[in-house]
Amino acid sequence: MAMQITLNGDPREVPDDSMLSDLIATLDIGNRRFAVEVNAALVPRSEHATHPLRADDQIEIVQAIGGG
Amino acid sequence: MSQTTDDRLVIADQSYDSRLLVGTGKYRDLQETRAAIEASGAEIITIAVRRTNIGQNADEPNILDILPPDRYTLLPNTAGCYDVQTALRTCHLARELLDGHDLVKLEVLGDEKTLFPDVVATLKAAEELIRDDFKVMVYTNDDPIVAREFEAMGCVAVMPLAAPIGSGLGIRNRLNIRTIVENAAVPILVDAGVGTASDAAVAMELGCDGVLMNTAIAAAKHPVQMAGAMRKAIEAGREAFLAGRMPARRFASASSPVDGLFFD
Repeated sequence: MAMQITLNGDPREVPDDSMLSDLIATLDIGNRRFAVEVNAALVPRSEHATHPLRADDQIEIVQAIGGG
Repeated sequence: MSQTTDDRLVIADQSYDSRLLVGTGKYRDLQETRAAIEASGAEIITIAVRRTNIGQNADEPNILDILPPDRYTLLPNTAGCYDVQTALRTCHLARELLDGHDLVKLEVLGDEKTLFPDVVATLKAAEELIRDDFKVMVYTNDDPIVAREFEAMGCVAVMPLAAPIGSGLGIRNRLNIRTIVENAAVPILVDAGVGTASDAAVAMELGCDGVLMNTAIAAAKHPVQMAGAMRKAIEAGREAFLAGRMPARRFASASSPVDGLFFD
């Protein structure tokens, strides 16, 4: 079974019982420096593998860009 | 004897040769960004935090690739934040992104037209961030009382605007900037509104500890050349401040002696 989440503003399906790291592994962003929050709370890198995703989670993956 | 020996900018116990801080927005590409930063001599460089473009090529160069952390102090900003919560979230994400680096540039904006700071929200956000062990460099308006408040709560630098962000209008209220500098024990940096080299020099002559700018360099016709001009202006302005300018006077004072003139 799959559940619906929102990733960077876009709806997305992930398998039930997914960990945050499972989702990240499907995204091809492995070499980029990024940070992740789930439902507006930071999830540190060390917890990605043990953080379970739930239906309707709002996930934001961010990176550094040019800015003033 | 020069008054500039060991004249270094110290922010949160780190010392820097350069008093020019630069942003990395609005450049044509990363190559131009890198060249402008090098020409500026800046050591503290601001970056923004935004959504990763998920569908994008993972090998596409990133701003962090051209800013090695052993060479530059990265200063993530909260640009685009209009409330306390988004500013706090941005800072926490930035600290994670940069492996625990805790220096941030806090800005909580009031409206899109002026990009003036929402001072009430900024005060709340600064308090929370300091409680969470961030070192906060705070963008604020040119109000000496507010600047004093930010210093009292523990911000590591206070950064009053010279004029609206990206406006290039120069320093609109020199007297306030001077008053802020005179009152302060933490570094005061003019942040935003500088348009050209003379504006940067004026900020330094007023006694500011540094200037943070982005658009004045990035939106110049030749950004790399302007970056060099800004570096010189900051150095010249700082030296002029340390040298102590002559008092201004309304009428002339001859430079050549009057004694010994050989005619009547």
